[in-house]
Amino acid sequence: MRNESRFWFDLGSMESIPKRGARTVRTPHREIAVFRTASDEFFALENRCPHKGGPLSEGIVHGRKVACPLHNWIIDLEDGQATGADKGCARSFPVKLENGRIYLDMGMAAPA
Amino acid sequence: MRKKLVVIGNGMAAGRVLDELFEKSPGAYEVTVFGEEPRVNYNRIMLSPVLSGEKSFEEIVIHDEAWYRANEVTLRRGEAVVAIDRLNRLVRTAAGAVEPYDKLVVATGSMPIVIPVPGANLPGVVTFRDLDDVDAMLKAASGGGRAVVIGGGLLGLEAAAGLAAKGMKVSVVHLMPTLMERQLDPNAGYLLQRAIETRGIDVVTSANTRSIVGDERVTGVALDDGRTLPADLVVMAVGIRPNTTLAKNSGIETKRGVVVDDFMRTSDPDIYAVGECVEHRGACYGLVAPLYDMAKVLAGDLAGEQGAGYAGSITSTKLKVTGIDLFSAGDFAEGDENDEIVLRDPSRQIYKRVVLRDNKVVGAVLYGDTQDGAWYFDMLKKGVDVAPMRDTLIFGQSYQGGSPLDPTAAVAALPDDAEICGCNGVCKGTIVQAITGGGLTTIDEVRAKTKASASCGQCTSKVETLLMATLGDQYVAGDRKPMCKCVDLTHEEVRAQIKAKELKSLPAVMQELAWKTSCGCPSCRPALNYYLICAWPYDYKDDYQSRFINERVHANIQKDGTFSVVPRMWGGLTTPDELRAIADVADRFRIPTVKVTGGQRIDLLGVKKEDLPAVWAQLNSAGLVSGFAYAKGLRTVKTCVGSDWCRFGTQDSMGLGVKLERLLCGSWTPAKVKLAVSGCPRNCAEATIKDIGIICVDSGYDIHIAGAAGLHVRATDLLGHVATEEEALEYVAAITQMYREEAAYLERLWKWVEKTGLERVRAAIMDDHENRKALYERFVISQRVARRDPWAERAAGRDAREFAPLAVLMPIAAE
Ligand SMILES: Cc1cc2nc3c(=O)[nH]c(=O)nc-3n(C[C@H](O)[C@H](O)[C@H](O)COP(=O)(O)OP(=O)(O)OC[C@H]3O[C@@H](n4cnc5c(N)ncnc54)[C@H](O)[C@@H]3O)c2cc1C
Ligand code: SF4
Ligand code: FES
Repeated sequence: MRNESRFWFDLGSMESIPKRGARTVRTPHREIAVFRTASDEFFALENRCPHKGGPLSEGIVHGRKVACPLHNWIIDLEDGQATGADKGCARSFPVKLENGRIYLDMGMAAPA
Repeated sequence: MRKKLVVIGNGMAAGRVLDELFEKSPGAYEVTVFGEEPRVNYNRIMLSPVLSGEKSFEEIVIHDEAWYRANEVTLRRGEAVVAIDRLNRLVRTAAGAVEPYDKLVVATGSMPIVIPVPGANLPGVVTFRDLDDVDAMLKAASGGGRAVVIGGGLLGLEAAAGLAAKGMKVSVVHLMPTLMERQLDPNAGYLLQRAIETRGIDVVTSANTRSIVGDERVTGVALDDGRTLPADLVVMAVGIRPNTTLAKNSGIETKRGVVVDDFMRTSDPDIYAVGECVEHRGACYGLVAPLYDMAKVLAGDLAGEQGAGYAGSITSTKLKVTGIDLFSAGDFAEGDENDEIVLRDPSRQIYKRVVLRDNKVVGAVLYGDTQDGAWYFDMLKKGVDVAPMRDTLIFGQSYQGGSPLDPTAAVAALPDDAEICGCNGVCKGTIVQAITGGGLTTIDEVRAKTKASASCGQCTSKVETLLMATLGDQYVAGDRKPMCKCVDLTHEEVRAQIKAKELKSLPAVMQELAWKTSCGCPSCRPALNYYLICAWPYDYKDDYQSRFINERVHANIQKDGTFSVVPRMWGGLTTPDELRAIADVADRFRIPTVKVTGGQRIDLLGVKKEDLPAVWAQLNSAGLVSGFAYAKGLRTVKTCVGSDWCRFGTQDSMGLGVKLERLLCGSWTPAKVKLAVSGCPRNCAEATIKDIGIICVDSGYDIHIAGAAGLHVRATDLLGHVATEEEALEYVAAITQMYREEAAYLERLWKWVEKTGLERVRAAIMDDHENRKALYERFVISQRVARRDPWAERAAGRDAREFAPLAVLMPIAAE
């Protein structure tokens, strides 16, 4: 059965992700990229570019966007939407920061 | 009988609560205030001007003796409360006195944080919180000497400026790379640092304090990098911590601060808390504006009003250092041109940035001109829709209502004596005269003739508009191509300015060259990162997050997200041991594809990211290092067997190839660089389609440059001939350096040669011996920093987190 309630999983200290960088979280069904912007905002997207599945966690983070490392699609970190002329969407997941620690909502992220 | 109100702490929050209370319901309570400080209530934030000598203590008193008498408030100054007996509703002081209450207000403020390093308790180490601290600092300053302020935030900088004004030689030591990083973005932080430095204050950023040194008194501050800064006085201004001890020990709920509800009530219904000691909806504050809001609500509740309660505050920051104007508020998260408006004026050191989301102001950072701070802050708090004035928003409130001008019409409308180029003081009339009188048609001609836009280049677009306006239909747009949409300057102009103005950081470049965004874009950041590394190999710290993934992880990303790993094979030579090591790695890590590349080496394809450090470690232990197959840098030096084996060979082409590869490896270049050395003109190493190719002949070495064999195919041009191997090495390094210094980022060598002209390169390298030697020298110097094996560093743990997932979650029980 799917657990509909939120289950905040502690991913560790915010310092474990470099500013303008990303780290991945591996779950049984998908890999999730957790991004940190230059101004310490955190976002989580499925680590698959809507174009051809490029690992978004390896892209250059600028503002609230990431440039996919494979063909440079620009993906909005807030909602996972491709920007500009490109169309497509990477699924996004709730993350929050509390007392310097990052939490990912596993109720959303873990199920198939 | 009147109810008894007791207040613990006589700081700014307490004072404001009483003011509000007496206004709302005078005489309702019999008030007693306990203040640990032996004085009346004063304006703590004005301690900075007291330190600098701009104000006296008397001038910053809020409630004088007469006020306490008039309001019948009993002030027990110099008396600290040490316990709250909630059962019997009384407080106990350090001296043992007790005082009953009906309602109690905890307003204990916060404590300065003292970093727990050895020597932190030495005499001569002070914090900056109350008048006693100021007196201690003033006493120390009266003897001149040196002060070190630890902490480059608001408080630290005000302390530093004050002490400098009092004649001390001051250094500020700051943990983060830019000053006031919590209130300012790096651009404003850069300007602030410059302004602080012009006051004679040294700023040391990214510096961690290891210990405070001294036997009986402080004599210095030792940093992690091994330096010790001499000091007669050390001020710790690294932050504050809510002062919750008393509340906590009395069983009142505390977290980071004393927990209060929207009416400032603690977990005990008769006890309120207010000011910096509280935590409201998870937030603690360190500025006075929120305290004033809290005080109003608290006083209302005491007076029995049914108010709306306190809903938290959005704060703004200013710095009280005379001559430094800065303002910040809200959220200034990094954005792109869609959600920010940036205005910079390098000549006046102005930086303004307004951050928008959904057409509402969500943040502002202003430096140098803060006039409109209050206006932006007001719109931020009210959530005003700014769409109708978006184009003129950044020019400020007084500009509103004016229509945004068509830039050509605006320039045309300027009077003749209007200054166009601020750097060189060139006005419109001079430029127009030069254009009409001298028959000028391009920006470069105007620049050469009048010097307009020849310095920082920020006015380039204005000069262009002027050309357009003056020439009308005759104007043909030049092929000047700005670097990217963030700036009007070309790559070449930016590079020249980086050198001329000694710009050594990204914020410095962006401010002084008037970037139109706050932090660049994915196109200019990697370019600037390269230009800075090239210009300042020793001073500039590589910004890894500005690099493409391949250069960050020292491997090539493949279409499935795995990586390929290519060890160096110097000059294409290898040994059985190396081959065995490669085979072992391929087996152990189940590497699916092993391929020989066109550059005479072996590519291991399909390596998982988290395996990279282990793969490198194993290759390293066999003596194999990174082949930089991913880099905008030297890739390979292809060789033929040459005179060692070939019956036609004229020189040792393999030997020269190995030496060249060792000389050039590790250097960053604008784009990738490939070399080849052929042992005779039969050219088996295909040297004539490489960036730089050497063809050995009986009399020495022919140096060819500017070949290509990719999307574009181009045979090399012969640059010249040298007689010895040493010369060949020196000339090739000099060409590489010239290319490094001049080409635009991502511009291959052949493109740069076509742009700049083969003859020019030949003159610079083959004919001007002094110049060539200088180029060679500069190359060698930068190689001292660059020539490291990135694999060895990472196998040893550098950037370890880059390679491991943050978390791996597996189902606990298989279904
Ligand atoms: C140098 C300096 C410059 C500043 N500049 C600015 C500025 O420009 N803008 C801005 O908004 N803010 C500024 N601040 C911050 C501002 O001063 C504080 O936010 C404000 O003073 C907090 O008020 P408070 O009443 O909560 O605490 P405080 O003003 O610290 O008052 C707390 C008082 O309680 C007393 N006390 C503590 N425990 C006990 C006890 N058990 N018994 C009796 N008494 C006790 C303390 O001695 C202290 O006097 C500055 C602060 C400093 C130090
Ligand atoms: S280039 Fe000349 S020396 Fe080299 S292998 Fe070919 S024939 Fe021999
Ligand atoms: S896979 Fe991301 S841009 Fe192509």
